[in-house]
Amino acid sequence: MFEALSDKLSGVFDRLRGRGTLGEADVAEALREVRLALLDADVALPVVRDFIARVRERAVGAEVLESVTPGQQIVKIVNDALVEQLGGAGAVPVNLNAAAPIPILMVGLQGSGKTTTAGKLGLRIQTRERRRVLLASLDTQRPAAQLQLQQLGERAGVTSLPIVAGQTPVEIARRALDTARREVFDVVILDTAGRLSIDAALMDEVRAIRDVAAPAETLLVVDAMTGQDAVNTARAFNEALGVTGIVLTRMDGDARGGAALSMRAVTGAPIKLAGTGEKLEALEDFHPERVAGRILGLGDVVGLVEKASETLDEQEAERIAARIAKGKFDLEDYAAQLRQISKMGSLSSILGMLPGAGKLKAQIDDSKLDTAILKRQAAIIGSMTRAERRAPDIIKASRKKRIAAGSGTSVQDVNRLLKQFDDMSTMMKRMNKLGQKGLMRHGLAALMPKGGAPMGGGRRPF
Amino acid sequence: MALGFFNRLKAGLSRSTQKLSDGITGAFTRRKLDDAALEELEETLIAADLGTEVAARVIAAFRRTRFGREVTDEEVKTALAGEIAEILAPVARPLEIDPAHKPFVVLVVGVNGTGKTTTIGKLAQHYAEAGLRPMLVAGDTFRAAAVEQLQIWGQRTSAPVIAGAANADAAGLAFEALTRAAAEGADVVLIDTAGRLHNKSVLMEELRKIIRVIRKHDPSAPHATLLVLDATTGQNAIQQVRVFKEMVDITGLIVTKLDGSARGGIVVALAEAFGLPVHAVGVGEQAADLRPFDAEDYARGLVGT
Ligand SMILES: Nc1nc2c(ncn2[C@@H]2O[C@H](COP(=O)(O)OP(=O)(O)O)[C@@H](O)[C@H]2O)c(=O)[nH]1
Ligand SMILES: [Mg+2]
Repeated sequence: MFEALSDKLSGVFDRLRGRGTLGEADVAEALREVRLALLDADVALPVVRDFIARVRERAVGAEVLESVTPGQQIVKIVNDALVEQLGGAGAVPVNLNAAAPIPILMVGLQGSGKTTTAGKLGLRIQTRERRRVLLASLDTQRPAAQLQLQQLGERAGVTSLPIVAGQTPVEIARRALDTARREVFDVVILDTAGRLSIDAALMDEVRAIRDVAAPAETLLVVDAMTGQDAVNTARAFNEALGVTGIVLTRMDGDARGGAALSMRAVTGAPIKLAGTGEKLEALEDFHPERVAGRILGLGDVVGLVEKASETLDEQEAERIAARIAKGKFDLEDYAAQLRQISKMGSLSSILGMLPGAGKLKAQIDDSKLDTAILKRQAAIIGSMTRAERRAPDIIKASRKKRIAAGSGTSVQDVNRLLKQFDDMSTMMKRMNKLGQKGLMRHGLAALMPKGGAPMGGGRRPF
Repeated sequence: MALGFFNRLKAGLSRSTQKLSDGITGAFTRRKLDDAALEELEETLIAADLGTEVAARVIAAFRRTRFGREVTDEEVKTALAGEIAEILAPVARPLEIDPAHKPFVVLVVGVNGTGKTTTIGKLAQHYAEAGLRPMLVAGDTFRAAAVEQLQIWGQRTSAPVIAGAANADAAGLAFEALTRAAAEGADVVLIDTAGRLHNKSVLMEELRKIIRVIRKHDPSAPHATLLVLDATTGQNAIQQVRVFKEMVDITGLIVTKLDGSARGGIVVALAEAFGLPVHAVGVGEQAADLRPFDAEDYARGLVGT
């Protein structure tokens, strides 16, 4: 299920190497994989159907470029279509071109992240746009929801409307706008209660709020983990209110985020912002080109780099990178890397972000290999002498026995580590040859030994 | 609870299955179960979040027994529901409060916004009605006003709420609460926790720490660790459950928001992959909106009979 699309497509196209144009049958076969990848990424079925039809039209008869395989060619066509469908390159800003006070309405299902996003957006507009923001919670439904927004406002340094018990959401909306006019706020962010799109009474209520507030933006807040229901929600909210923008929350999770495509397709509204963490600053512009790769399972390279830079000790990483570049990577460096990786968290979630690492990740998931193995490897390296770590070639039978005994592992484990280290060194040499650009374009796949499983030719990765 | 139960569940589920039911009705009124029909059926399951693999497996099993027959809409639905109910039956297990543990400690975990706090409120109501004395622990010391939210649930259900200062250490609070619970004779302790994404290792580690500290008080606790899962969640739920299970050894699931248009088909995939008990489902925002998980109802709800 988590196998990357590129892995699958390379399988489909292995026998097609070096043909001139993409034939109908080839495309159909490839698009079956694309369809599955999109569905596994939670793109809604009707949206997948339309998308596949569009891609088929473009792909059949397309020239295969000299430098790429047919599989890569299809991936490129799919990726381009996806970026386009997600809104094209670049981000669409929140619309603040209206007479002050500018009302912004936050709507969505229960628990999608509206209140947190309201706080984040308030902070963002206040600091980046230098406009005075008033936060107002119209959520009279959930216990302590109004208090939550008030506390968020305090943390963010954004004013919030004083809470008056017993008011209806429409009354609060009026009071918020009056207050904003009187006290000269530039922007009023109206947070609403979560509601199900099939709850007629609550949908009527939010329509009434919209009528009173006449918002410049109606932002639909959606959890990036949302499944097929995304289309129903998007359609219902759009029909009821006319959604002007979408905010995708919890993008710091490891969901593929296919809901983005569904939402965008159904509403036609741009995805404007992405929530990327629990901190109040963690609200970012939405970049279609990054998310396209993530949906396709090509990996969110940028996300990976960001995640890495968050947790990695940068100096250490640079030191290692320099040694790799010089071809001097040894087991001490590897041990240092292991420590860094364990800091980054679950290995499989990291690998999920890497292009072309789908198979490796699947193997890891299957064999429940994870941080325990990192620890074992660290133990093995810890039992080596400094000389051994610097020149692993000197580790022969008797040394292996000693190391295995010292680390509570077997000689086989030691062998496995050494073999893996060997593969890794080879890989790094290739990486140096390819350069950074090559790595971005072709992903990890470019580093893999041809035909075999990644790292260690057909054997388990560790 | 007994009488109104099925009707309420049905009311909740029927809305969510309206579309699916329409789809099947459209595809199968007096029609031969051929490849095209099976494919449509498979797509209907995919659209209910069963996932491509599970949908394919369910349909493959279905094909073996029924391919080529002339079937009515009703037959198809019943048979398909039966197929799915078989997968779900082993996980339909209520949460038993073992009186040997006093208090019985329940730790409630999950990603942000899935309905943990609300579910604790509902559970408190349920146990109070069953004649037990629940105690609530406001272990979400991170999210704004999370403590106050749980306190309101405490008032609604007349259950005591143990809360600490803002940003207090959740593990320490849990420990203190267990001491109080023992002294005050509580039967069930429901510990709320801050929502966390499963891929944040630091936050998952924090959860493990809560468990370690709880065990200092009672080595057998927590007696249940419940993952609250939002029914609108798609395929990522599998990864979610996998990691939570690995990190904090969850013992069961509660699926919320089944009163919406999401069909919660991912539960079928989860049942196949992990076999974790599904104890209950949430069908609304009020204290009474918690139902036992019933495999046949759920399956029938999924296919719309
Ligand atoms: N419709 C519906 N809403 C629910 C259900 N369970 C929880 N919610 C709502 O989901 C939102 C998040 O719930 P909360 O308990 O605060 O989630 P937590 O962050 O996991 O503690 C709130 O608005 C709840 O009222 C349910 O079964 N159905
Ligand atoms: Mg909570």
